[in-house]
Amino acid sequence: MRKFSVEQGLVLPLDRANVDTDFIIPKQFLKSIKRTGFGVNLFDEHRYLDKGEPDSDNSKRPLNPDFVLNQPRYQGCKILLARDNFGCGSSREHAPWALDDYGFRVVIAPSFADIFLNNCFKNGLLPVVINQETISKLFRDTQANEGYSLTVDLAEQTITRPDGSVIAFEVDSFRKNCLLNGLDDIGLTLEEADTIKAFEDKWRQKSPWYFTTTSV
Amino acid sequence: MSGKTLYDKIWDAHLVSQREDGTSLIYIDRHLIHEVTSPQAFEGLRLAGRLPWRADANFATPDHNIPTTKSERDQGLEGIKDPVSKIQVTTLDNNCDEFNIFELKMTDMRQGIVHVVGPEQGATLPGMSIVCGDSHTSTHGALGALAHGIGTSEVEHVLATQCLMQKKMKNMRVQVNGLLKPGVTAKDMVLAIIGRIGTAGGTGCTIEFAGEAVMALSVEGRMTVCNMAIEAGARAGLIAVDQSTIDYIEGRPFAPKGEVWEMAVQAWKQLVSDPDAHFDEIVELEAADIEPQVTWGTSPEMVASINGSIPMITDESDPTKRESISLALDYMGLAGGTKIKDIKLDCIFIGSCTNSRIEDLREAAKVVEGKKVAATVEVAMVVPGSGLVKQQAEAEGLDKIFIAAGLEWREPGCSMCLAMNADQLGDGKHCASTSNRNFEGRQGFGGRTHLVSPAMAAAAAIHGHFVDVRDFT
Repeated sequence: MRKFSVEQGLVLPLDRANVDTDFIIPKQFLKSIKRTGFGVNLFDEHRYLDKGEPDSDNSKRPLNPDFVLNQPRYQGCKILLARDNFGCGSSREHAPWALDDYGFRVVIAPSFADIFLNNCFKNGLLPVVINQETISKLFRDTQANEGYSLTVDLAEQTITRPDGSVIAFEVDSFRKNCLLNGLDDIGLTLEEADTIKAFEDKWRQKSPWYFTTTSV
Repeated sequence: MSGKTLYDKIWDAHLVSQREDGTSLIYIDRHLIHEVTSPQAFEGLRLAGRLPWRADANFATPDHNIPTTKSERDQGLEGIKDPVSKIQVTTLDNNCDEFNIFELKMTDMRQGIVHVVGPEQGATLPGMSIVCGDSHTSTHGALGALAHGIGTSEVEHVLATQCLMQKKMKNMRVQVNGLLKPGVTAKDMVLAIIGRIGTAGGTGCTIEFAGEAVMALSVEGRMTVCNMAIEAGARAGLIAVDQSTIDYIEGRPFAPKGEVWEMAVQAWKQLVSDPDAHFDEIVELEAADIEPQVTWGTSPEMVASINGSIPMITDESDPTKRESISLALDYMGLAGGTKIKDIKLDCIFIGSCTNSRIEDLREAAKVVEGKKVAATVEVAMVVPGSGLVKQQAEAEGLDKIFIAAGLEWREPGCSMCLAMNADQLGDGKHCASTSNRNFEGRQGFGGRTHLVSPAMAAAAAIHGHFVDVRDFT
């Protein structure tokens, strides 16, 4: 996994609550068997005026000029500012893949849906939870100031505003360590292979009915 | 010390190890797999030169991309006209063959929606830990299993290690007191719960659904309730094990037999929350207050009773919520204050992992029997959840009732719930759907979804607009 230390970049304000993973990446793009290439279809139904298909030439599709992602002042954005319950709905990891592929490195919101939050951490994308009041202020500042950018420092657990003022945030210590060091979950877990085997043997003896083979 | 909740019991039984900060390894008994969220995970295994930790814990079936017309299905894989969909289904077949994983392939008559097929085959058992790269895995909690959706990285993690890395969630109990009124179903109950606690109400929690009304539901009805736990923000929903659970499982192909069955049943009877167990949060509803429910917006929490109206934007004081309502009504092409019964329908979809089991089809058939779908309804389809549900329905003559009433009788799959196959809701069309999500574009680009029970969808099919099904049965 890619390491995360400090990210500095333009902020994109996506001002709506309950943005679901269908909104982030519509279902027709889930037919891909790859992990990459989803960025051009991020927010597809709002970003373009027509219906996209996996084989569409996206460069020829009409853009929705009203959608915030298409506004010139936000081009090159790396930090997504969002509202409550961001990433709700389907478990599709294609949602963080699409955000990452587009170039986002951080999502800041007052709350996230559980599965999406988890999926972000597995892909080097940092979800940051900030209180409602500060989020609203960030929305106002971003919208009012063209070129508004933030610096997010994971080790220090801080967001620094252009004026130098700092917002502190909480992050799970284990996940922080994994992100900072780019650790692979599977590799970490397999270090405990003996413990897993020992558990499995005991569990099989205690509850043999869970080990009936699925090869009927 | 207080007692344990059902969630505490299953969690503790599966705890392999725990770090100081609470991050834990949880052993996974059953891993369900479908074609959409697994290809990248298998590819990851291959790239790392790993093999599945325990191949026989896995159970796969393709469902999302599967065509649902008979003529397409008769052609097998060739019937999948979209080449990208076909690659995804073929990839699942190849991965399962390569890694020796049990799969009910598209042409197997037992194939169906993974959350219908798992319990139907007895691959879902009480007290199990179950995961699947699909948020509606919460369905299996209806049988007293700890079941939740995971992302593709976690699919790979479970394949490689038979474990999931996570922190324990909080305990929430949603208790529905008393009994539902006649004509009010499990779907209405869960929509009413979501309307009450909101789509993020269960975030960070495992919800145990309890109370007389919940325990009075059939196992199929319990699956409908747990299925939508995720729509209330909870990754997992749970219901205590009782005699109905055990009766449901007995004799199913993957269920234990003989002496092992007797031992299992004794163990499963412990799968209830202790009377003095601590819940971090408790919500109570009175079953008698619940009326048939219809969603009017683009989030499952935007729901009203059949005799109610769409709220006025001006009635909402919270500015963020007001904005959400405004965006939703704009998308839905509806005005605040409109009566639910005045919403006209272009399409009817009866199916999905929420409501495509035999009981759902029986309820819908009862409503349409001897009647005709309204002329203004352009598409009305019934998509059974599995090949075996279809077979059972046909043995009972339900297919003939649907066809005579003017509904299409389809082959099993996820179909128009998320429209990854050819079954798509048209732009701007209103659909009464028995599925679980009314998000923008969910059932098709520009499509407008109203979530309802099978009986309510069937009644809407006959009348062309929403009606209170209790007035017509």
